[in-house]
Amino acid sequence: MKAFRILAAGLAGLSLAAMAHAEGGAAAHPHEPEGGWPFDGITGQFDMPSVQRGYQVYREVCSSCHSMKLLSYRNLGEPGGPFYDADFPNPNDNPFVKALAADVEIQSPTPNEVGDYDFRPAMPADQFRSPYANDNAARAANNGAAPPDLSVIVKARHGGASYVYSLLSGYPQADAISQREVTPATVTTPASDNGTPDDPSDDVAEVSTPAETQTIIDVSKLHMGGHEAAEGEHGEPGVLIQPAGQYYNPFMAGDTTPQYEGDPRKAPPGGFLAMGPQLPPGRVTFADGTESTTEQMSHDVAQFLAWASEPKQITRKSLGLPVMIYLGILSILLWFSYKRIWRKVEH
Amino acid sequence: MSGHESSYTPNTGFEKWLDKRLPIIRFANDTAITFPTPKNLNYWYTFGGILAVCLVVQILTGVILAMHYEPNVNGAFASVERIMRDVPFGWLLRYIHSNGASMFFFAVYIHMFRGLYYGSYKAPREVLWILGCVIFLLMIATAFLGYMLPWGQMSYHGANVITSLFGAIPLIGESLQTWILGGPSIGNQTLQRFFSLHYLLPFMIAAVVILHVWALHVPGNNNPTGVEVQDVEKDTVPFHPYYTVKDAFAIVLYLMLFAAFVFYAPNALGHADQAIEANPLVTPAHIVPEWYMLPFYAILRAITFDLGPIPAKLLGVIFMFAAIAILFVLPWLDTSKVKSMRYRPVARQFFFGFVVVCLLLGWCGAKAPDAAVIPALQGDKILVVSYTENGQEATSEYKGGGEAYLDAKRFMASLPEDASPSLAAVAPPTFQFAQLSLILTICYFGYFFMLFFIGLTEKTKELPESINKSVLKRHKASTATAVPAE
Repeated sequence: MKAFRILAAGLAGLSLAAMAHAEGGAAAHPHEPEGGWPFDGITGQFDMPSVQRGYQVYREVCSSCHSMKLLSYRNLGEPGGPFYDADFPNPNDNPFVKALAADVEIQSPTPNEVGDYDFRPAMPADQFRSPYANDNAARAANNGAAPPDLSVIVKARHGGASYVYSLLSGYPQADAISQREVTPATVTTPASDNGTPDDPSDDVAEVSTPAETQTIIDVSKLHMGGHEAAEGEHGEPGVLIQPAGQYYNPFMAGDTTPQYEGDPRKAPPGGFLAMGPQLPPGRVTFADGTESTTEQMSHDVAQFLAWASEPKQITRKSLGLPVMIYLGILSILLWFSYKRIWRKVEH
Repeated sequence: MSGHESSYTPNTGFEKWLDKRLPIIRFANDTAITFPTPKNLNYWYTFGGILAVCLVVQILTGVILAMHYEPNVNGAFASVERIMRDVPFGWLLRYIHSNGASMFFFAVYIHMFRGLYYGSYKAPREVLWILGCVIFLLMIATAFLGYMLPWGQMSYHGANVITSLFGAIPLIGESLQTWILGGPSIGNQTLQRFFSLHYLLPFMIAAVVILHVWALHVPGNNNPTGVEVQDVEKDTVPFHPYYTVKDAFAIVLYLMLFAAFVFYAPNALGHADQAIEANPLVTPAHIVPEWYMLPFYAILRAITFDLGPIPAKLLGVIFMFAAIAILFVLPWLDTSKVKSMRYRPVARQFFFGFVVVCLLLGWCGAKAPDAAVIPALQGDKILVVSYTENGQEATSEYKGGGEAYLDAKRFMASLPEDASPSLAAVAPPTFQFAQLSLILTICYFGYFFMLFFIGLTEKTKELPESINKSVLKRHKASTATAVPAE
């Protein structure tokens, strides 16, 4: 039938358009955890214990730097949320959510009767507490790079939850990282050469900088899931110098070439970011007894962030099926109506 | 056809009374019920109805979204997310609206290609075609304005790129750009005027759609043979129920495609950077428009050279707008008397080539201009040592595997101390998307000029005597060879 051929061609065209969208930088391709994500696919569901653990990781680790301004504590107790309880359809009554909120002290967003902004325990209706008062405070506390808000981070990154998972669990292993002392070459400046003739500092002809400690990463020891370690043809894998206050991650968009000592064509994928590895094994003690490995915590927090970025996605997918069935039946009825109406007309 | 005799007879007293004062029921009857429509229209002709549905869907969802949206740089991003989270079925409304734009453009492109293939722009339908082009132009403007509203990174930086195009116009450009933005740069005032205009333009589209349908109903539908209706009895059927049911069937199939995107892949056609709130200080690595603008974006970026006094940027802008403007004059560019490509063997091949060119332009628009079209052909990167020799910049290249690196290192070590050598890996020159875009741009415009010359020389196939005869002939042929009819 021609109509289906047209639709098939259309689908092909649209998927081409979707694929043709610009790719990111030369970062390693994010990978799913083993077994994939339970919320993927048209019948996907969140693994709620995992989302709950993920919230714990966010609360105990991430939230000290990252805000989630678009979420309120009540969201945790809404249908589809990690702490939803059917006994409390109104999440503001959910005692668990109330307790979670009450543990956090916030500055009230509305003034009290004398016009001051009190500090008080949060209520379910309050937004997640932000770690910094504003962007400038966030920047100032983090070497100039404000930690991004995590409310929609899974939608805001190519690769989604897999990106978050890969990034958090993808830092180089400890055995690849080492320190070395470097003594910079003594810079000699001719006394007459600094522009201002009467500058007293003209007397200083030799500027010597003290030896500095560099953090270096042995690229041959990088273990990247699904990625071959860079290896020189003559066995001369290079060394990556981590800038001060920055951390190498193969999944971060960026360019490692300027920091790479070795054949620039073999520079490893990825880039540097201001966040160091945050989830060493045992960082969080899970209430349900799950062993808190780096992978487990990364997996759980990525799943929590996937829920937070689109809390309605399970509702969306489950509404899709009846809509498709309805339209399918309607199209069949219309097809037979069409055949019947046109039966006497040659066309 | 508007010339067709009205078959409406008012029955009730009220209808008779109204018919003498405002014959609106007669009008509806004559345009939507009894309107004689060629009986050989295929499924490509259902996209007009599909587009009408798209416009209604966009306006309905848009009006409700506007009730919850906050046109303010401090609140826009959060208000869109609030729609997604807290407004009952807000996620559904918003995803229908954002994917609806893609569905609208997808349908309009098919509708336009159909018009190009069957020669629907030719006499006596030039005005119909031009009104369609006006709608397309308004659609592009509306989509562009609407893309600004979520106040994401692509909203802001995309709008920056596009409004700066107006700045390329000589003499008045800068003032024009400032006037459009409402200030020296994009700010709250820009967002508010974009919101206002985004609400206005769809109703202008609706108005032009009325003119479009009016202009359609004067000469009547074109049809796949391109032969005009000769005998209303034999060649046509009334619009209702024949085409209402056929259009309805096609519309429902289209809605299934629409629903598949809305429910299962609502962000597949979008860009991840749109989920980051606009930040004027951080520019995304690749600024790309929505997929439906990509071919025009590719044409804009294809021009990288100055032409006499015209700078490259202005030339790109001229070509981009010309790509749409040329559609307006198409009825006079195509010299062939035969409408349908079915009977134009040479032009037909060019038409299919043109479709491929448009798709490839879209591909080019999505890629970085300096990226290799075929990465496999590019080969390994070359090591380049840059240094200064006697105050002059100099470079030395090394090709090959690990040996080349060792050679380059040895060379760097052999240089005197003041040479300050540095090593970089440079991709060897290759066929880039910028070059492919330029070739495709020439092909795009070439198609319209080819139509002019092909029309003068082409030997067309024999046209059927009438719509009815062509239908009967096809039926006989299909029953004789026992090919299952479609």
